[in-house]
Amino acid sequence: MLLLGSVVTGRPRRFGPRSRYTRAMLGYALRRMAGIVPVLFILLTVSFFVIRLAPGGPFAGGRALSARTHAELEQRYGLDRPLGAQYVAYLRALVHGDLGPSYSIRGESVGALIAAGLPVSATLGAAALGLALLAGLPLGLGAALRRDGLLDRGLAAFAALTLALPSFVTGPLLALGFGLWLRWLPVAGWQAGAARYLILPAVTLALPLAVAIARLMRASLLEVLNASYIRTARARGLGRARVLWRHALRPALVPVVSYLGPAATYLVTGSLVVETVFELPGTGRYLVQGAIDRDYPLVMGMVLVYGTLTLVANLGADLLHAWLDPRARHEPR
Amino acid sequence: MSSIPADGEPPVAPAALLSIEALRVCFGGPARAAAVADVSLAVHPGECLGVVGESGAGKSLTFLAALGLAPAGAAVSGRVRLGQTDLLAAPEAVLDRMRGGRVGFVFQDPMTSLTPHLTIGAQIAEPIVRHRALARRAARMRVLELLEQVRMPEPARRMRQYPHELSGGMRQRAMLAIALAGEPQLLIADEPTTALDVTLQAQILALLAHFKRERGMGLVLITHDFAAVAGVADRVAVMRAGQLIETGTVREVLKRPREPYTRELLSASAEPFAPNPAAPPGTSGAAPAVLAVDDLEVRFAQSVGGVRRRWFTALEAVSVTVAGGEALGVVGESGCGKSTLMRAALQLIRPHRGRVQWLGQDLLGLPARRIRRLRRDLQLVLQDPLASLDPQLSVEQLVGEPLQIHEPSLSSEARRVRVHAMLERVGLEPALYQRRAHELSGGQCQRVGIARAMILAPRLLVCDEPLSALDVRAQRQIRLLLAQLRRGQGTSLLFVSHDLSLVRHLCERALVLYLGRMVELAPTAQLFTRPLHPYTRELLEAIALADPDLQPARLAKVALGEPAAPLERPGGCAFRVRCAHATALCAERSPPWVSAGEGRWVACHHFRLWADGMLSP
Ligand code: SF4
Repeated sequence: MLLLGSVVTGRPRRFGPRSRYTRAMLGYALRRMAGIVPVLFILLTVSFFVIRLAPGGPFAGGRALSARTHAELEQRYGLDRPLGAQYVAYLRALVHGDLGPSYSIRGESVGALIAAGLPVSATLGAAALGLALLAGLPLGLGAALRRDGLLDRGLAAFAALTLALPSFVTGPLLALGFGLWLRWLPVAGWQAGAARYLILPAVTLALPLAVAIARLMRASLLEVLNASYIRTARARGLGRARVLWRHALRPALVPVVSYLGPAATYLVTGSLVVETVFELPGTGRYLVQGAIDRDYPLVMGMVLVYGTLTLVANLGADLLHAWLDPRARHEPR
Repeated sequence: MSSIPADGEPPVAPAALLSIEALRVCFGGPARAAAVADVSLAVHPGECLGVVGESGAGKSLTFLAALGLAPAGAAVSGRVRLGQTDLLAAPEAVLDRMRGGRVGFVFQDPMTSLTPHLTIGAQIAEPIVRHRALARRAARMRVLELLEQVRMPEPARRMRQYPHELSGGMRQRAMLAIALAGEPQLLIADEPTTALDVTLQAQILALLAHFKRERGMGLVLITHDFAAVAGVADRVAVMRAGQLIETGTVREVLKRPREPYTRELLSASAEPFAPNPAAPPGTSGAAPAVLAVDDLEVRFAQSVGGVRRRWFTALEAVSVTVAGGEALGVVGESGCGKSTLMRAALQLIRPHRGRVQWLGQDLLGLPARRIRRLRRDLQLVLQDPLASLDPQLSVEQLVGEPLQIHEPSLSSEARRVRVHAMLERVGLEPALYQRRAHELSGGQCQRVGIARAMILAPRLLVCDEPLSALDVRAQRQIRLLLAQLRRGQGTSLLFVSHDLSLVRHLCERALVLYLGRMVELAPTAQLFTRPLHPYTRELLEAIALADPDLQPARLAKVALGEPAAPLERPGGCAFRVRCAHATALCAERSPPWVSAGEGRWVACHHFRLWADGMLSP
């Protein structure tokens, strides 16, 4: 992200179209942001009914409950009421910020569970994304600049390796190497504020992402360097470094930025595995557990969190894209 | 700078600005043929060297390689001197000082040759800051000055716009400003006018000639078209397949070519005003109309800022017919509505008002199913053949596809016979039948496009700028092919082009559009000899002739500025801002569409002043 920022500020201020674009983009961003709300609403509605249509119920599996206890539980959580009424009640609570009680984790509200787990997961995700960009962008850049050089071939081999190894393999391998043998880092667990616990999971999560970003960056930079406007820039007598920095980098970043949406999805699914492997108290486990236990409010809470995350990531990617490429901007009036 | 002797002899006294000796460029080892083989050329101060050849002749590569801009993997040898500097031996830093500083480049296709994410002001400022070491404020003033010099309309606003916000002509002007920004002694222009309207072509060429004269620069004009060099160049070099075929003064090469290849290329830059055997007179109007367009109006909603909309009238009050077997040309610069007319006639867009009749049947309001069946008789050939051909299919499959759709009962054997017969008629060799579209040259692709359209023996063939992406020689071949196919099958032709000289060779009648309105309709022969509308006259004057005796004078008359933008349609006669004959009446009322006799129609208040041939518009 640091790199992105500096490339963007590298544009000329004196000839910049300035305020007309800034204002138009701001309006566009606000409109898109407002657009997220109805999409989330539809997502929640569909999820609400779909999970209830799936066979089984919150108190069907696990310990055998007597019919009376079962009925009592259902009544307590309002599950005996008609679906429509349940839906309205859920939305009404949601508007007040109440995500409801968890069925499977006694005495906890979904809101509290998310509040406890989300900082961990968010830290992990942000760290992984940051690492992936920090490693992937320069690697891709270097590989493209020295095509078929050592770095380029190394990257190709490494990419093949990471693709072959899923994170439930790389995670334990890293833990084994750096945790058990070298004893540099803790094997698992979490302490708020202690970066030591973050490093291994973040690296495990970042690895495939970094490789994907590096390969994207390499391919797109190679393509951009072949474009006619690069030749024009060279014909202006600008040195290679300047041509790369000012003319090639921004267009080359466009595919990487477009990948940020899918990357967010990867981070969500990837964190489920990584959090399990490293026993992190994040939100990942809630999604799996909630789904298995038919813990409706918990699943809904997770849908809300991950849905928002994905939508915001895609919006962010679109805005960054527009920032990088004026042709993707929305014309000011 | 130094004067060039009047008889066109290369100047002897001054040392060459750029001299290229035995330049050789190879790709992929010595086994492959050299892309540029032993080319020796020189450009002198104040002189224009025209380098002419077809695409792939190595003409651009010669100059790119000379300045160290050859693509990666090229092996370059020989000697290149710019002044006292040996360029091939010079380190990158020295080359960077030469490029943009002493040598400016203008490339083809400014859309892809300008950096999309930088405003043109920023791009023009780059060489100024780099080579002239001006402070930012001064650089900014200089950018404005340069934009004014290249006749950019509204330079202060354009300076802050991105390339995609400009029209094609304005982009090429920006490109020229960039090339001039470092105050070079030599300007290398690589196909600077290809893909531009005829009027813009003339303007860019006139600008180049103007700068060459004014600044005493050396100029290298690389092009496939002899007509482009005739008005500007002092000497001409002809290249083919990496080799220099012929060099000499403009007059020598264009008037008395030694090589047969030069002669062949020259004949392709056909004489636009020569009598035209391709269009037999008297065919128009006799047969009943195939296509009739009546009082057509097309408007587009322009969303400005995504919210507020305003209507832009692309076409207004257009009525015209295409008779059976007739070829009608529709001419005008980009934005005149000619493509809109074509699309409306094909029912690809809904007109706001008016009627389109096909064989006497009203097309508007016809159910989609019926229209689809009509499509069979109404085929289309597009400008960019490659983009419209499925890359997965072979040539044979591509041409067979329409048959498969419209005559599914045909056996595959019978289909193959018809496909092969068609491919033979469009002059494609059997060796090409299994190729994919991207393996073909531009001309071959266009032949496939024509074969696809003609295999159903349509009643009407609609062509949208089918030749503008091609070399002159391929243009001529395709033009002849179209004429021949048309006469063979009695197909009517609706031919949309910005180039009057092409229309002249193919069509019996031509309709000239300006900003969405009809300005003149006439048999082509008369349109060329006695244009009635001042705009037609302007179009005719913009046509470049491959004649060094006439062309410089024609070019000298061309206005250097950008034509009025289509969006700002003035009241009264829309042409009046450009018209030399405009009067108060022209501003007040828009001229009526009136008959001028002999099947001619015109919309100009004052056409009678020159209709009798006493005065010229
Ligand atoms: S009507 Fe007037 S302005 Fe228009 S073309 Fe004729 S003379 Fe020129």
